[in-house]
Amino acid sequence: MTSELDIFVGNTTLIDEDVYRLWLDGYSGLWGTVCGCRFGGAVVLDGRAGRARMSDAVALRVRSGILEQTGATAAVLQSDTMDHYRTFQMLERLLHAPPKLLHQLIFQIPPSRQALLIERYYAFDEAFVREVLGKKLSKGTKKDLDDISTKTGITLKSCRRQFDNFKRVFKVVEEMRGSLVDNIQQHFLLSDRLARDYAAIVFFANNRFETGKKKLQYLSFGDFAFCAELMIQNWTLGAVGEAPTDPDPQADDMDMDLDKEFLQDLKELKVLVADKDLLDLHKSLVCTALRGKLGVFSEMEANFKNLSRGLVNVAAKLTHNKDVRDLFVDLVEKFVEPCRSDHWPLNDVRLFLNQYSASVHSLDGFRHQALWDRYMGTLRGCLLRLCHD
Amino acid sequence: MPGKLKVKIVAGRHLPVMDRASDLTDAFVEVKFGNTTFKTDVYLKSLNPQWNSEWFKFEVDDEDLQDEPLQITVLDHDTYSANDAIGKVYIDIDPLLYSEAATVISGWFPIYDTIHGIRGEINVVVKVDLFNDLNRFRQSSCGVKFFCTTSIPKCYRAVIIHGFVEELVVNEDPEYQWIDRIRTPRASNEARQRLISLMSGELQRKIGLKVLEMRGNAVVGYLQCFDLEGESGLVVRAIGTACTLDKLSSPAAFLPACNSPSKEMKEIPFNEDPNPNTHSSGPSTPLKNQTYSFSPSKSYSRQSSSSDTDLSLTPKTGMGSGSAGKEGGPFKALLRQQTQSALEQREFPFFTLTAFPPGFLVHVGGVVSARSVKLLDRIHNPDEPETRDAWWAEIRQEIKSHAKALGCHAVVGYSESTSICEEVCILSASGTAAVLNPRFLQDGTVEGCLEQRLEENLPAGCGFCHIPYDELNMPFPAHLTYCYNCRKQKVPDVLFTTIDLPMDAAVIGKGCLIQARLCRLKKKAQAEANATAISNLLPFMEYEVHTQLMNKLKLKGMNALFGLRIQISVGENMLMGLASATGVYLAALPTPGGIQIAGKTPNDGSYEQHISHMQKKINDTIAKNKELYEINPPEISEEIIGSPIPEPRQRSRLLRSQSESSDEVTELDLSHGKKDAFVLEIDDTDAMEDVHSLLTDVPPPSGFYSCNTEIMPGINNWTSEIQMFTSVRVIRLSSLNLTNQALNKNFNDLCENLLKSLYFKLRSMIPCCLCHVNFTVSLPEDELIQVTVTAVAITFDKNQALQTTKTHAEKSLQRASTDNEELLQFPLELCSDALPSHPFPPAKEHLESASSNSGIPAAQRAVTVEKASPVGEGNFRNRSSPPCANSTVGVVKMTPLSFIPGAKITKYLGIINMFFIRETTSLREEGGVSGFLHAFIAEVFAMVRAHVAALGGNAVVSYIMKQCVFMENPNKNQAQCLINVSGDAVVFVRESELEVVSTQQPAANCQPSCTGGEVTT
Repeated sequence: MTSELDIFVGNTTLIDEDVYRLWLDGYSGLWGTVCGCRFGGAVVLDGRAGRARMSDAVALRVRSGILEQTGATAAVLQSDTMDHYRTFQMLERLLHAPPKLLHQLIFQIPPSRQALLIERYYAFDEAFVREVLGKKLSKGTKKDLDDISTKTGITLKSCRRQFDNFKRVFKVVEEMRGSLVDNIQQHFLLSDRLARDYAAIVFFANNRFETGKKKLQYLSFGDFAFCAELMIQNWTLGAVGEAPTDPDPQADDMDMDLDKEFLQDLKELKVLVADKDLLDLHKSLVCTALRGKLGVFSEMEANFKNLSRGLVNVAAKLTHNKDVRDLFVDLVEKFVEPCRSDHWPLNDVRLFLNQYSASVHSLDGFRHQALWDRYMGTLRGCLLRLCHD
Repeated sequence: MPGKLKVKIVAGRHLPVMDRASDLTDAFVEVKFGNTTFKTDVYLKSLNPQWNSEWFKFEVDDEDLQDEPLQITVLDHDTYSANDAIGKVYIDIDPLLYSEAATVISGWFPIYDTIHGIRGEINVVVKVDLFNDLNRFRQSSCGVKFFCTTSIPKCYRAVIIHGFVEELVVNEDPEYQWIDRIRTPRASNEARQRLISLMSGELQRKIGLKVLEMRGNAVVGYLQCFDLEGESGLVVRAIGTACTLDKLSSPAAFLPACNSPSKEMKEIPFNEDPNPNTHSSGPSTPLKNQTYSFSPSKSYSRQSSSSDTDLSLTPKTGMGSGSAGKEGGPFKALLRQQTQSALEQREFPFFTLTAFPPGFLVHVGGVVSARSVKLLDRIHNPDEPETRDAWWAEIRQEIKSHAKALGCHAVVGYSESTSICEEVCILSASGTAAVLNPRFLQDGTVEGCLEQRLEENLPAGCGFCHIPYDELNMPFPAHLTYCYNCRKQKVPDVLFTTIDLPMDAAVIGKGCLIQARLCRLKKKAQAEANATAISNLLPFMEYEVHTQLMNKLKLKGMNALFGLRIQISVGENMLMGLASATGVYLAALPTPGGIQIAGKTPNDGSYEQHISHMQKKINDTIAKNKELYEINPPEISEEIIGSPIPEPRQRSRLLRSQSESSDEVTELDLSHGKKDAFVLEIDDTDAMEDVHSLLTDVPPPSGFYSCNTEIMPGINNWTSEIQMFTSVRVIRLSSLNLTNQALNKNFNDLCENLLKSLYFKLRSMIPCCLCHVNFTVSLPEDELIQVTVTAVAITFDKNQALQTTKTHAEKSLQRASTDNEELLQFPLELCSDALPSHPFPPAKEHLESASSNSGIPAAQRAVTVEKASPVGEGNFRNRSSPPCANSTVGVVKMTPLSFIPGAKITKYLGIINMFFIRETTSLREEGGVSGFLHAFIAEVFAMVRAHVAALGGNAVVSYIMKQCVFMENPNKNQAQCLINVSGDAVVFVRESELEVVSTQQPAANCQPSCTGGEVTT
């Protein structure tokens, strides 16, 4: 006796959160058989294959102790799992454009469940996002998913979903004007938190910031997302606010691209380190202010010129795309690592950065105060976030 | 020109991409009604076109309005080649034709394509202006309301219940026409869908005409079915019960009517004949089991049918219509005659209703059924479907005569079905023989009112159990006792019926779903030989199904079956029997005896031991079941009951009649048994198997109940969460060495596993009850068994039972009033009788509340809570329980029941009767057979919901999936499925919204507390 066909359809679509998680995590609902699918990429289950064996997903459910709790049999579990998997596969097409899920008529799903489906579908793994953050969301990267899967232990299927989500969101908001977070929220109905994360991912992918270098490994996605948010708020065209004095407002996307003009202007900051007098004056201002307040004062004093040179040079180099990409590498190399090697406590770093940025206002010979603030305001926040182990 | 149909095409959304180059679509719409077609402009390059068309106006006869569906086709404009069809929407405009139903159809409809499924949605507005039609020769029956609900719809009052209406129309099946060879599958499917839609419309119109002739204004319990006879054609047939209904404006409006003092009595006999020595007069001969009958052997021959019909028009059993005179008791006879005269005007005194206004049902005799095997032949002249008509007439005649044999003049809970395999067709009809109160059957409301007071004196909880046939002239011997409730009339020891449990029936404990399952191998044969083989097998199948039911009923410690439905399906090489019913313990009937096992070789020690072991197991099971279903009838000493009525034989027999020579009555032993115990003789391995299979049925997990009737006896504190579902399973039998036993086991496992799966899936709803569990079995191919289940899971509140004593009374009153049921306002009579300790309606509740609380100890409750939570569905409930409060506009509930728990139906919008075909040539790509059918059923639900929403409704009640025919050809990567669903579109309002009912409060309060517990785990 083999089961040819086995389905359950409810007027209200049943969603089992645990099974949904297994599905999202890419566990196969069925051992071995992978067929094509009209809903794009996912595995489709065929009732007659491999019935006797237990699929990954079912095995995991069994391990969760559900059989003991409910007195069900493995066969019941298999059947239930397959029903849910089929439902999810049918829903997947709609999840690609979440507003469709709200307006579609095929599945009657309570709003709270719809929100859950969407939120979970677009959720991503920290380990995965760290691998692709800042990479071009292209076919090339997609080919590397195999390696990422092996490296992170996340199933290839799940990697693909997450990658495709990134890419899809990127494609949709790429050409849009207005707030990145708002656009994402509007088109993908994500929670505020998740929409912000996606904004960071899109921003990083667009600017191709390097995040994969070994020395950056200690940074979490949260660190980068934090920096991205600051940069979006201060360094992009959109950040300038309603100031499209630019004759060609279409040229750049408001929130995704860094403000080219601003980057160009950053060259002007070079004078802070190029002009020896200015550098000395800056140093003395900072040292005077911090004397006695810093645990690592002597180290700071010794290192001041190096640090300042590092920070200003990073700014000056941002005109080149290549250097923009290396922004985080540079920041870590030029600032975070020196601090770390001297064991600066975080509070000292904060005091130093505050004083370092503020002192510039007292430099009479320096004329780019606004520019400096726009640069340093953001950088200060980023550096503080980057300074940890 | 009595009608003007107006259609406006507003917009489309989510259209598929039809132009690969631009990833867009240039869509336009064709609107077709009859032979007139209108087109919208082409809306260029959009997947969300806004046509906002003018009003397209069709001026049509109302006959056409009834027959024709409105056909809307969405196409993609193509400058160079033919326009591509995106999909279609068929809209049945019937609901717009009666005044009280919908006035406008407006909303988003899924655009459906038989090959691709749903492809986007279209927003349409439809209106009808009807002109008064003064034409006396009218062919239309606009204005007759149709209801699928098999009881009087909630916001109506039955003035007169006229009786049976039936009609059938036949046509050639487009799938089998020559042209099908050259047209595309899509064209063929659409032709079929359109034809069936047309035929349904025509059928409905014709039935409507019959209703008008009877001076009725509505059809209740309307059941329409398709017989896909393949080469020989397509039959659409329908049966229903014609009624004159009055709309209730408000509950208050009718209350005076039923309290009216002018009630008089036609039936004094009932109340005046309590003296025990009127045996002969009483309507009181208990019945042990139902009458089965077959017209097997003869009717397969093609020519015979019409002549047979003539034969069977005269009553043949000798116990039929003439019995009234014989039956002594003059009062009785008076009632008889009156009822009879009311009924005899009708050719068939049948009623498709399964629930009745109080007082309507006087006595129930038992199940009557008839089957007949026919050979299909091409329908030559579609305009004269005489052959099919004759076949059914013959069967109905037989049913009628069986009912008469049981001393009954009417058949209630009547239904008809077919099973077709190649050219052989089994026609089946079944119902419950009953004696009805004539007051609803006649014109003249005076009389109607007069009768009512009588009923009040009738023992409400047991009257229907009293035997209607003459005790001394029983159609077959049965074991009779005095009613355990009123002690005055006689009752059978077991009662089988096809109807729902009457509202006022006194029941002890809870009910449960009981199924008998059976397979029989049959040799493959052709034509007549095949029909003969099937005819020969049928009696044995019926016998075994009956035995199984009886055994299982006893095993549950219960004594009555309601909602019995026996389905016999025919396949190439086997027959399948599936009987489903809801077992209950009727307080009026005697306590069932146990089951005793007797071995054949009593001398063998180990064998003996084995037997006693089995016996112990059986006894344990019975005891366990009694506890599980809370069956603890009050102890009654024998003296009160009086001495048992002398019984000629304590065995029941199967009354089997051959249509041709029905004077000869063959008797089959249906039960083995002494007075109390039911003896199973284990004389071979077969019997052993049977006993084993008895014990393999596992009860549902704790917190679950199931029944196939509308409501579950013993549960009344329903909460508002409902989940309707359809589940389909197909298994392939290994073809080698199939034996009956192996088949039985496979089939049994299939059903049991299916139930287990359902319990597992719905575990988040615990405590809940699966109601109206409807199994259908079919044999689509050699070695394939398909089982389709549709049911609704309803949650109930265990804790609320505590406080329900009062609230329930309120509720029932409320329900009674909404239902136009005077119900239990007179329970005193019955409790004053024999059971002072258990005054019925209130006592029953006490009993329930006590037992449902004590029955499931807190610890166990905690367990069920835990069970629900790990899956995280505790959250689900938490979140989804509010929807009742803040239900968003789009939600459409679907339920096979006639009501929605916790809500009041305020308006019926018309029937939904939809037929869909889905076909694929890329089965694997769509996820195999399961993926294909899963998607299709989801789409069918969606289309039903969309139509209901467009009518302005928010629920479908009495929903039924009448057909789900699935065919596959995996080698060709193809599959096809046909689905036919129907139901009543309604508007409901939550009771909590109607008024802040105090009863709702406790429910709301305890919900969070228990779900809260789940969340924390």
